[in-house]
Amino acid sequence: MHTTTFPRSTIQSSFLTATLCVAACGAKEPSNSGTPEKTSAAAEPIAVDGSSTVFPITEAVAEEFQKTGKGRVTIGVSGTGGGFKKLCKGEIALSGASRPIKPTEVEVCKQNGIDYIELPVAYDGLAIVVNPRADWVDHMTVAELEQLWEPEAQDKVKQWSQVRDGWPAKELHLFGAGVDSGTYDYFTQAIVGKEHASRGDFTSSEDDNVLVQGISTDPLALGFFGFAYYVNNKDKLKIVPVDDGRDDNGKGPIAPSLETISDGTYQPLSRPVFVYVAAKAAQRLEVQAFVEFYLTQGARLAKEVGYVPLPENAYALARSRFKANKFGSVFGGEGSKVGVTVEALLAKE
Amino acid sequence: MRATQSGQRRIRRHQRALMREWLMERLLLACGLLSIVTTAGILFVLASESFAFFSEVGLSRFLFDTQWTPLFVDKHFGIWPLLSGTLLTSAIAITVALPFGLFAAIYLSELAPERVRRGLKPALELLAGVPTIVYGYFALVFLTPLLQTLVPGLAGFNALSPGIIMGIMIIPMISSLSEDALYAVPHSLREAALALGAGKLQTIFRIVLPSAFSGVAAACVLAASRAIGETMIVAIAAGQQPRFTLDPRVPIETMTAYIVQIGLGDTPTGTLEYKTIFAVGTSLFVITFAANALAQRLTKRFKETV
Repeated sequence: MHTTTFPRSTIQSSFLTATLCVAACGAKEPSNSGTPEKTSAAAEPIAVDGSSTVFPITEAVAEEFQKTGKGRVTIGVSGTGGGFKKLCKGEIALSGASRPIKPTEVEVCKQNGIDYIELPVAYDGLAIVVNPRADWVDHMTVAELEQLWEPEAQDKVKQWSQVRDGWPAKELHLFGAGVDSGTYDYFTQAIVGKEHASRGDFTSSEDDNVLVQGISTDPLALGFFGFAYYVNNKDKLKIVPVDDGRDDNGKGPIAPSLETISDGTYQPLSRPVFVYVAAKAAQRLEVQAFVEFYLTQGARLAKEVGYVPLPENAYALARSRFKANKFGSVFGGEGSKVGVTVEALLAKE
Repeated sequence: MRATQSGQRRIRRHQRALMREWLMERLLLACGLLSIVTTAGILFVLASESFAFFSEVGLSRFLFDTQWTPLFVDKHFGIWPLLSGTLLTSAIAITVALPFGLFAAIYLSELAPERVRRGLKPALELLAGVPTIVYGYFALVFLTPLLQTLVPGLAGFNALSPGIIMGIMIIPMISSLSEDALYAVPHSLREAALALGAGKLQTIFRIVLPSAFSGVAAACVLAASRAIGETMIVAIAAGQQPRFTLDPRVPIETMTAYIVQIGLGDTPTGTLEYKTIFAVGTSLFVITFAANALAQRLTKRFKETV
């Protein structure tokens, strides 16, 4: 009955495609076009770009939104940083972000006179994964991860045995989100303690499917990316429970799951993800309709594609934020914040 | 009266023809110049951006460091990891393509009946027409899993699988150019060898092949230069981790794949990270230019000897 271009159950978009056009680009209004109050689908498409972590949610929302015939959506994936660059140049209407906006980006937006509205859309865990054949890995501590990923490890920590005694003296192949992604920024902030600081000798890609492909076919691989990509490739990957050494938010190693992410025990690798809407674009009727749709259907769809939805009152708060045109970020424009639980996020609203 | 009129008409027609000829000449000249101007423009951009890069980083850090991490906090600009990736995949490609390509050329030129030759040669050249993205995914999703059952410790991204596929891609280059070289060896040489009592294979390997040697060598060098510049196959199947190694089983990154990676990301123009791709591009250009110049010299020598 409807023309779906790609199923959202499998995040298997092609590797090198930078821009994806959702739902056959030219998707006309569905058959029940007898409702004249709809805005025409021929209006300018809503341009969305940004985080690959937020992409699956936006994709699912856009797909269903287009079925309502209220507008068309094109989605690019160029990472959180790339998305903000485009947003602050006024090139796109919405940008997905897996971390709050950074001071440098705030500055650029200001210079160009671009205001934006920040809307939290879901909660995401950052998964540490290895190949299923890496049977020696049962869990890792934050300290081990730091020692493995910090800049000082570059060209030095190259074997599994260097991470923990008893692990094999075999080469270690690291995979991680690319430097333009918010996932990379958040990971470095949470694990190394400094945003954007890590070793450089690993396979880094903005395309999480490349990472999934690399880790799932290499027994010596270890990598990190958004939890949803793990959920969609469960049979090919092995999740590594993480122990943050603190007992007050859950004892011992904890694996990410919808529960541990939402109850705040999978720390420090859980974080809220956002979409940022350009203030000017927020005046457009079809953008308003899309954001409204996002904040009402987003919870259900986010869960469907492997994210933890926010509580219903969080979406209600976000909706009123959008309606009231509240500009800026509740995080003060300081970039990644570690340990923001659902409650803390709500308290900020 | 009528005679002068027709005479004038003839002169006018002649002038028009001259004019047309002049125009055509200029048009063809412009077409020829276009490629030269384009090359000059590319050279200029490469040179100016690389100059900016090297004045910031310095040639010695580029040539004598063995790490390549320009995007990270601990920045290193050693070209060797990328260069070793490129040379490794290209060497594998040549190792695959040379025997197959050369023997195919010998068969086509010396042994195959004319009818077979006429059918087989275009069929072989079809290999060169397969889009490289298809080759890339073929390496990634078909050949790599197959090789993993044979080669212990082969990672999902590696140099071996795309290297082999690249070899298959350049077989037609080697076979076609070598076959031309073998075919151009004068028939009198073969007849002389046969008359002296040499067998068919003896004639081929002792007389024809040595005579055509520089032509065959030129074919190899050209094919190698094609492999060095190949982008899509290695970008898809070889990985994206600059690693200074000659181990064909682990993920590596070639020079071309690095340029793709930066091109796809959102590196702001004008930054040092952005300029790295021009430095890498210049190195690539120097290598392939040297290879092509070598091939040209070899071809010239081949023409002189024949």
